[in-house]
Amino acid sequence: MKKLVSIALGMMLTVAMFAQLPDVKIKDLEGNSVDISKLSNNGKPIIISFWATWCKPCKAELNTIAEEYEDWVDETGVKMIAVSIDDARSTGRVEPYVNAQGWEYDVLLDPNGDLKRAMNVNNVPHTFLIDGKGKIVWDHNNYAAGDEEELYEEILKLTK
Amino acid sequence: MNLNNSTTFIITSLGIFLSQAFFAQHKEDSRSYISGNVQAIAQYYNADSLINAADPDHKMGMNSFANINFRKGNFSAGTRFESYLNPLEGYPVGFKGSGIGYRYASWKNDDVEITVGNFYEQFGSGMILRIWESRQLGIDNALDGIKLKYNPYKGVYLKGLIGKQRFRFDDGLKNGDGLVRGLDGEVNLNELLDSTFDNSKFKITLGGSFVSKYNNDNATPDFIMPHNVGAYGGRIIARYGKVRFYGEYITKENDPYPDPSAPKFNYLYKNGEAVLLNLGYSTKGFSVDFNAKHQDNMLWRSTNVSALPTDLLIGYSPALSKQHTYALASTLYPYSPNARGEIAYQLDVLYKIPKKSKLGGKYGWDLGLNIATAYAPQRTFINDDSTSRKMYSTSIFSASDSLFFRDINFSIGKKINKKLKLKLQYLNFIFDDRVQLVAKHHELIMADIVVADLTWKVNKKNSIKYQVQHLSTLQDQGNWAFGQIEYAYSPHWFVAVLDQWNYGNTIKEQQIHYLLATAGYIKGSNRFTLQYGRQRAGVFCVGGVCRQVPASNGLTFSFTSSF
Repeated sequence: MKKLVSIALGMMLTVAMFAQLPDVKIKDLEGNSVDISKLSNNGKPIIISFWATWCKPCKAELNTIAEEYEDWVDETGVKMIAVSIDDARSTGRVEPYVNAQGWEYDVLLDPNGDLKRAMNVNNVPHTFLIDGKGKIVWDHNNYAAGDEEELYEEILKLTK
Repeated sequence: MNLNNSTTFIITSLGIFLSQAFFAQHKEDSRSYISGNVQAIAQYYNADSLINAADPDHKMGMNSFANINFRKGNFSAGTRFESYLNPLEGYPVGFKGSGIGYRYASWKNDDVEITVGNFYEQFGSGMILRIWESRQLGIDNALDGIKLKYNPYKGVYLKGLIGKQRFRFDDGLKNGDGLVRGLDGEVNLNELLDSTFDNSKFKITLGGSFVSKYNNDNATPDFIMPHNVGAYGGRIIARYGKVRFYGEYITKENDPYPDPSAPKFNYLYKNGEAVLLNLGYSTKGFSVDFNAKHQDNMLWRSTNVSALPTDLLIGYSPALSKQHTYALASTLYPYSPNARGEIAYQLDVLYKIPKKSKLGGKYGWDLGLNIATAYAPQRTFINDDSTSRKMYSTSIFSASDSLFFRDINFSIGKKINKKLKLKLQYLNFIFDDRVQLVAKHHELIMADIVVADLTWKVNKKNSIKYQVQHLSTLQDQGNWAFGQIEYAYSPHWFVAVLDQWNYGNTIKEQQIHYLLATAGYIKGSNRFTLQYGRQRAGVFCVGGVCRQVPASNGLTFSFTSSF
């Protein structure tokens, strides 16, 4: 038994410790399946932000970024994917909210937490920055006014 | 010991070598990935008899979790270590000790995914089957068995599962005895018939489920209990341009449960049924969304003996009401669907007065209206207590005049200038606590709540949030006032102080201030928070299940991280 554990430990040590996008399929607002491991933005960075219609700081973050999103896209080519963890009680509220706010993001639904679990998200808001090769390079589990500036600096680092 | 260490080292190196060799053989990404997360919440309890604070003999509670997931190519496996030493006060009973609460292994390719061990799953809206976890509520009904997902043809998605449900945690996972078996199929017609449908504005997905349970739990000598109970249903998800429709119908065979407090619902052999409808229209800046639900006798567990509210649930019942975020609106009188039956409606309208318009000014306005109601079904009781025990008849969407709950709320959001954002909200509740049983006196409660929430972004790094709330009611504990101020230094620090004051309590000694201070530090995915002070008793509800959290006084530390 002890030997087995040691072998396993040895194998683990060679493991790539950086996180990669998981192999999970969830749906977009139109009901199409989206394979997260195949997300791509032509080599440009992707932001994945977990949110919910009942989460105030999440909405503050996504609304703040929405005001600058056009500039961000022009300057860096970044793409925002907003993953809602609303369950059946409020999944119906996601699309109305997104449209009413006029978000230009790709919005995905994760009503039973499949992607949330696969990306080890404890609570929302949790925002990830993914480089052009699908590697998670930065994440942040909070939102306070101004946090978007740090995110933008990280995006700039990737696109220089 | 030394010998052991060197052996271990050699074997570990061998492991490294073996895995390196493994790498070399594959050209595609066959690296191994490890990821996971950790969460720990610890609370130290001070005695505080004035607020009837939780005061356990062991002085301190701590819930902690750690997930570790391993992935290599198409293979993945993972486990969750859980520890409740001792469980936090108010957490459901049935969580104690330390051990492994969840473990799985899974293999997938483009069409097939097989999972053995523990898994979560949802069919449709979850009314027929929702296997899920909510650590905040203390719900975890994970199945332990086998799940197969198969995508035989484009647009066709099939799922099959069988397993036993997680029931208790006692130094490890303890499953219930009942079996749950389910099949679900979904056809996305646009993907299936992509040549004819590809650019169509009309999109349609059809789905159907069958779920059956087997258990021979029996707590009564008086009735013959069905050992196998089936439930089946179908759903349609359609959209045409900006109009969206969701409809689902579920029916469940006779599934009698003990309900000692209500003879007419005790060991009821009537079939259960549920209908959920959602019709919405949304376009940039405007949306209107309407929901309707009829449910009757839809309690759905893998045991038929008395159980705690969160135990062994197979189905989930979505509450047709807005999940409020402001403290006085969310945890004093939260609505939870009535398992015996209810008819509920909800209307939600959002409108953004455009920016740079005459009325909207530079930044526009966000307006929101939400109306939610729930009524008892119109039941015609029949006298068959000693024969078929179907007890009553109902018809779909036929409501009685007995109102369980009503919530009318209106909100205005306004960005005043580059630095200031204001949100105002008004809520009006009617809440029948003779049915809900979450407040103190079990009466009809009428409450009005107003909220003002101001965010001031002082400069790039510094921001301050102010929040005031007021609840007025003549029932239960009377009026409450709430104030909070929070300062954040982006992106790492925040501190906040809040006070909830029950100044309207008719008992003078109960006119208490609940003063609480919080500080937090966030770096990447690491998040530390400390809280000190009094926490008001509250009720958290999800999916027809509520958890009452007792008042407490003390120090709470929480840590979350992921890697």
